[in-house]
Amino acid sequence: MKWLALVVGVLLAWPAAAQEEVISGLSQDRISITANFEGSDLLVYGAVKREAPIPETGVLQVIITLEGPSGPIIVRRKSRELGIWVNTASVEVDNAPSFYAVAATAPLEYILSQTEDLRHKISVVQKIRSVGAPQDILDSLAFTDALIRIRQTEGLYGAAESGTYLKDQTLFNTSFDLPANLVEGNYIARIYLLRNRQVIASNQSTIYVRKVGIERWLYTLAQDQPAAYGALALFLAALAGWAASEAFRRLRR
Amino acid sequence: MQIYLPIAEVSVSAILLFGIGGLVGVLSGLFGVGGGFLITPLLFFIGVPPTVAVATGANQVVASSISGVLAHLKRRSVDIRMGIVLLIGGLAGSAAGVWVFNLLSRLGQIDLVVQLTYVVFLGLIGLLMLQESLRAMRRARSGTAPRVKRHHHIWVHNLPLKMKFRTSGLFISVIPPLIVGAAVGVLAAIMGVGGGFIMVPAMIYLLGMPTKVVIGTSLFQIIFVTGFTTFMHALTNQSVDLMLALLLILGGVVGAQVGTRIGARLNAEQLRVLLALLVLVVSARIAADLLLEPSELYSLAKVKQ
Repeated sequence: MKWLALVVGVLLAWPAAAQEEVISGLSQDRISITANFEGSDLLVYGAVKREAPIPETGVLQVIITLEGPSGPIIVRRKSRELGIWVNTASVEVDNAPSFYAVAATAPLEYILSQTEDLRHKISVVQKIRSVGAPQDILDSLAFTDALIRIRQTEGLYGAAESGTYLKDQTLFNTSFDLPANLVEGNYIARIYLLRNRQVIASNQSTIYVRKVGIERWLYTLAQDQPAAYGALALFLAALAGWAASEAFRRLRR
Repeated sequence: MQIYLPIAEVSVSAILLFGIGGLVGVLSGLFGVGGGFLITPLLFFIGVPPTVAVATGANQVVASSISGVLAHLKRRSVDIRMGIVLLIGGLAGSAAGVWVFNLLSRLGQIDLVVQLTYVVFLGLIGLLMLQESLRAMRRARSGTAPRVKRHHHIWVHNLPLKMKFRTSGLFISVIPPLIVGAAVGVLAAIMGVGGGFIMVPAMIYLLGMPTKVVIGTSLFQIIFVTGFTTFMHALTNQSVDLMLALLLILGGVVGAQVGTRIGARLNAEQLRVLLALLVLVVSARIAADLLLEPSELYSLAKVKQ
């Protein structure tokens, strides 16, 4: 009987969900990390597309998130041993985004229900997946909290200060401040439309963040041909050392 | 002017890096040390990851030692034969050091070991230097000449495999220089330094080499040991940042010239006291980090894929 209820539920919900759709745009879908990269601004904007008049039920809310490439991270904790502070405990977090920002029309707890947050993984806590903490660590939550706290101070996690601006329940925009210590990879901007604390529509687009020019070249060389890169490092050091001593000698004369 | 470092993946002020290179250059010009022991901790302070700071520090020392050794070669104050023996030990030590470094990074204890070796070695050397130069200054004031002992005959001279080192005027076993070279090689790889500040006292007090050839010979072998260390770090953990190295080297080149000029106007004993105090300050600063409760107990590290 459960599946029948589900089908009925979906059929009932269908028209409501299709009533409002998101159309969105980005100020840039390609961000280049150059040698003098100082961070960047990303503007996410869009509109709500409707075939029918604005529904009367609930106020329309918008949440926009921006997520950087994810990867595993080790979180270590220091404690005092024999008078000095040493790393004594560590937890490997299986997956955490290198950058994550949320911008919304109101504080998340007022506009998003917990089940919807679990389903769509919108708040930063939901983005961090940590399954196997070692058995001797009882407070593994403290480690995930620390991960969020450290990344917040580095400007990598957080809320976009401006929030999301919504005009006439139709047009919206927000801007994200991307810090200078950005990691390259594919960044995903997601837009969620909400009514009555439920997600009614969503949409996502990708921003390609890449090192370019000399940054790209050096990084690729270091990764793909470490021997050639090491030799280049030595050659440049030798050249600089020799040039310095020559210049020094001429100046002395 | 911010500059994005491709390997460290942080953006730092180019002027600041040039300044650090310059400061260390001034000191190396003033005191004749490579300055690696200052560059690595300074890079930690501005947020460069420890692995990158150590590997790139070694690269910077290559440049400054080459520039220094060329001047010494002209003065014929390099004992190449002794340098090669030290070097053979040094390369073995350096390979072992890079291996230890990678092992400790995986265990999450590299920061601790790097900091501890800094505190212990800088503290010891600083204290010894301070004591020695204060004694010399007191002696100079009271006017009594120090007693010079020409030939120490200690146990290290009685080992087998003796070899003649003409430039140093020594006929000793190759075992002690091999051991000294290896020990400094291990430290160089772990600390990202040339090890001159350990090598120089070891050459004078353990091997009995004459002071005039010590600095040139030490620089000669440091080039190869740090060169090898740089290469091994580049090969095994891709942690040499060329952009960072070039800025440090540029600053260092300019700084070294300024340093040598200031050095010419100061008295040698005062210089030694200054260097000893500087070494002690750096050592105390790192010790404070270990002893005082940090404001953030947690730290993050990337997992190697």
